[in-house]
Amino acid sequence: MFSLESWQEIFETMLKNKLQTFLTMVSVFFGIFILVILVGFSSGIEKGVKSQFEEDATNRIAIRTRRTTKEYKGLNPGRLIQLRNNDFEEFNEKYMDNIEYKTSIYSVWRGQLVYNGEFGNYRVEGAYPDQQFIENQRMVSGRFINNNDVNQLEKVAVIGDQIKQDLFKKINPVGEYVQISGINFKVVGVYSDPGGKREESRVFIPLTTAQQIFNAGDKVRSLAYTIKMSDNFDEAVALSMALTESFENDIRTKHTISPDDRSAVRVENTLEEAKRIYTLIATISYVFWFVGIGTIIAGVVGVSNIMLIVVKERTKEIGIRKALGALPSSIIGMILQEAIFITAFAGFLGLFAGVGLLELISPMVDNDFIKSPQVDFKTAIITVTILIIAGVLAGFIPARRAAHIRPIEALRVE
Amino acid sequence: MIKIKNLHKSYKMGSNSLHVLKGINFEVSEGEMVAIMGSSGSGKSTLLNILGILDEPDQGTYNLNHTIIKNLNEKVAAKYRNKFLGFVFQSFNLINYKSALENVAMPLYYQGVSRSVRIEKASHYLEKVGLADWASHLPNELSGGQKQRVAIARALASDPKVLLADEPTGALDSTTSYEVMELIQQINDEGKTILIVTHEDDIAHMCKRIVNLKDGIITSDSKVKQVRANSKEYV
Repeated sequence: MFSLESWQEIFETMLKNKLQTFLTMVSVFFGIFILVILVGFSSGIEKGVKSQFEEDATNRIAIRTRRTTKEYKGLNPGRLIQLRNNDFEEFNEKYMDNIEYKTSIYSVWRGQLVYNGEFGNYRVEGAYPDQQFIENQRMVSGRFINNNDVNQLEKVAVIGDQIKQDLFKKINPVGEYVQISGINFKVVGVYSDPGGKREESRVFIPLTTAQQIFNAGDKVRSLAYTIKMSDNFDEAVALSMALTESFENDIRTKHTISPDDRSAVRVENTLEEAKRIYTLIATISYVFWFVGIGTIIAGVVGVSNIMLIVVKERTKEIGIRKALGALPSSIIGMILQEAIFITAFAGFLGLFAGVGLLELISPMVDNDFIKSPQVDFKTAIITVTILIIAGVLAGFIPARRAAHIRPIEALRVE
Repeated sequence: MIKIKNLHKSYKMGSNSLHVLKGINFEVSEGEMVAIMGSSGSGKSTLLNILGILDEPDQGTYNLNHTIIKNLNEKVAAKYRNKFLGFVFQSFNLINYKSALENVAMPLYYQGVSRSVRIEKASHYLEKVGLADWASHLPNELSGGQKQRVAIARALASDPKVLLADEPTGALDSTTSYEVMELIQQINDEGKTILIVTHEDDIAHMCKRIVNLKDGIITSDSKVKQVRANSKEYV
């Protein structure tokens, strides 16, 4: 079935029907080409959006408070709601079972850092050791803040990679002393953050130290938690949403805030957001596959059509072959082989063209929403499988018709 | 070699049924050369199709080389055609994008013979019909007579028991016709059983036996003195 002759025959018939073959190949080519481009871009969108979420842990819940805007229970609007250490401690205790990492934060927006004559203004955040995991940070060198630092009010700092480049240049900052708001801190570590430069322009010091040097007493600016993830994503989302609501209600009750005062308490729930975006990505990807497969179907119909023409034109020849003792299976094989060859050949060209184009433009496309659109190996394999199946489908009806050709009738055709 | 008994065949033409063969009884033994004659509509082509396992009778038995041919599926039918029968057609029916040699090798391909053996056997038969020098030519580069010789070589390639020829000279002028018939006679001389459907008297008389068919029944069946195609009276 796959002997030299059968290939020779395929090329012969393809040459006889040059235009039809060419047009069919073009339609299959574009079917696969468009599918590959669409799938590449949908994976690009996925990567882009996912990297947006990597800035912080996806199961993060952040709690912030501001001034009230509504009068409630005789209290005037414009009251500043201040979170304090005891809020954090109460939550830790109450939600112990559902919390993975926890920290409270006291931060100042512009703290001046000075090292060896170089200086710059950076955000300084007092935090607990868990902050590293909540912010999804990786240590480049040294260590993060530890419990001992917090307990002993150590003057130690962990700086972002961007700050290291700004102030320390090529010097290894770990072990060096840097002035923060005029006080000497020992740099114990450098971190990097998937969020990039903006997120790497921060300094972390122990929460207790921050409260002390900025005269904050027991005030904290915000609380951040990550919830314990379960294997089931939907369950995790549900837990995250329940906790969010619970946190919010607790603060409203404790600080006497109107239930409809939206701006006084803000509890951000990354997971819920993430789920919404992931659902959107999945939808986009389904739509892209749908459109791509649609174009392939159009190509397949084209192949099927040309094979019907081929079978009709070769009716007599097929009749002769049968008279000479060709088995129906060898006739079916002949037609199928040709259909698969046309789809596979044009399809592979489309696949390579699509992958090639993506490789070419991939480095140029890198914004917040699309990141390096590419087709991975798995997708390529799926596409090839679709191709082969498409070829078989395209050849099936014409092949069956060819097998049913009756030699007498075929030979009567003059 | 061939035994048929009480063969009936009718075709449906819309609501009408056309009774083409109305009880044919007929035997051919090995080495015979039989002409089947009849005007158009006499049923001779239908008979040949049934003999060639290209069609099935409605009724009656067909015994070919001690094998009963009945209710065969396509696969077995294809196998028997390949093994027992060689076909020669009026319109040659060569595959026009294949060379003469490849055309001759085709039945061997379907027998599963390896490529080198196919080429060897096909060359042998092509030489036998006198076209060794034309092996690599495509059918449209050959004359009518040459095409028919290629077709005969192809029919012989699978070494069949019976050669079935449907108007083998119908598309040829008389000189070429006689050349082709001469070849067919030679093949018969070597012992091959041959059946020729024709409506030409002179061609029929080059066989050893003439069967006349009219309106689906055999009207006469007699042995005749064979006229050699190369004898002087035709040249």
